[in-house]
Amino acid sequence: MKRQLPIAITFVCAFILTLQYFIPHRSFEIMYEVSNIWLQIIGIFALSMGILSIILVHYDKIKFKKENWGFSVVLLASLFGMTTVGLIDTESGPVFVWLYNNILAPISATLFALLAFFIASAAYRAFRARTVIATILLLASIIVMMGRVPIGSIISFGVFPKLADILINYPNVAAKRAIFMGVGMGAAATALKVMLGIERSYMGSD
Amino acid sequence: MSFDPGVWLAAFLTLCIFSFLYKDNPFYKFAEHLSVGISAGYGLVIYIRVTFIPIFIDPLSRGQWHMVPGTLGIFLLIFPALIGILLFSRFSRKWAYIARYPIAVIWGIGTGAAIPLALQNFIVRQLQATIVPITFSSWQDLGSLFIAVGVACGLIYFFFSKEHKGVFGGMATAGIWILMIGFGSTFGFTVMARVSLLIGRVIFLMKDWLGIIG
Repeated sequence: MKRQLPIAITFVCAFILTLQYFIPHRSFEIMYEVSNIWLQIIGIFALSMGILSIILVHYDKIKFKKENWGFSVVLLASLFGMTTVGLIDTESGPVFVWLYNNILAPISATLFALLAFFIASAAYRAFRARTVIATILLLASIIVMMGRVPIGSIISFGVFPKLADILINYPNVAAKRAIFMGVGMGAAATALKVMLGIERSYMGSD
Repeated sequence: MSFDPGVWLAAFLTLCIFSFLYKDNPFYKFAEHLSVGISAGYGLVIYIRVTFIPIFIDPLSRGQWHMVPGTLGIFLLIFPALIGILLFSRFSRKWAYIARYPIAVIWGIGTGAAIPLALQNFIVRQLQATIVPITFSSWQDLGSLFIAVGVACGLIYFFFSKEHKGVFGGMATAGIWILMIGFGSTFGFTVMARVSLLIGRVIFLMKDWLGIIG
């Protein structure tokens, strides 16, 4: 019951959903749409469980005054505040949108902007042209970067933008397609393993 | 300089995040925890208002579901909610295994939908786009030929069941070169996107907050 029933449920759901793709009948289309809605309904409970888990972890930190417990107060206050405002107000209400525009949006944008510095230091370590393939990687990225800024076009008399376009439209497309095919085969194989009960890590340990 | 409290708050939080460039500090931690709390609340509200209420609460309050009419429809609507509630058994040591049933449903539906879609989108459509008629009537055809050969070489590089030697090894080497150009281009794009965001934040601080630049 503890392990066999979940495997059976996974197999039945996966088998029916795979089968419906090959049967162009209205009833199977409805079944597909219903199963998608099921996922979304279960999803709200999964999301609630995740948020409840965050609350419990941080409540525990506050209760026992663990290290940096003050930040847990900030987290819980902002979580409850944003949720309360969003439920009382609407998702397009002025307070909710103000909180989004002046807290979440600037923090998210700055966090990604911060990556510009770390990506530069990572590039320094990764791109030291020690081998032929590292040199190719370095050259391709330099050409694409220089081809996308005005100064690159000025110093190369328009060569960098053209070279960048060629790299992006041909070798890059070929590489992406080869990777996509590998990803497709890997995803289908992994899904098949889950469906047949070979891959069981999603069940956790007993 | 701006007198809008929203701009001041956004500027303060921007500087809090940038302070991480010096080292991890309480200002960064404050902004980080605030971000986690606000985004979790935001995600929950959006999910409830945009998904849960229209697809679950509204049909239940109307007493009918457009997908499947009648009592069966209402049952089919309540059933996943009952399955979803089982997820909370995860918090009990004794009944934790019950949470596997809703997870099995999620994985079952997910994998069942993923198998044909992965094959269709990642393999069939990519092959369709790669294997095109080549008549050498334009430069475009030469590009298409290059892409077809590049894809073949890239796939050969990923094929480890045969030793990379001779012609096969040569094609695998060409494959890794193609892949490296692809990774380099993607990296270049990513760097430019991040730098663009950085410029955006600096412009926000200089223009919207301090008003130094026009």
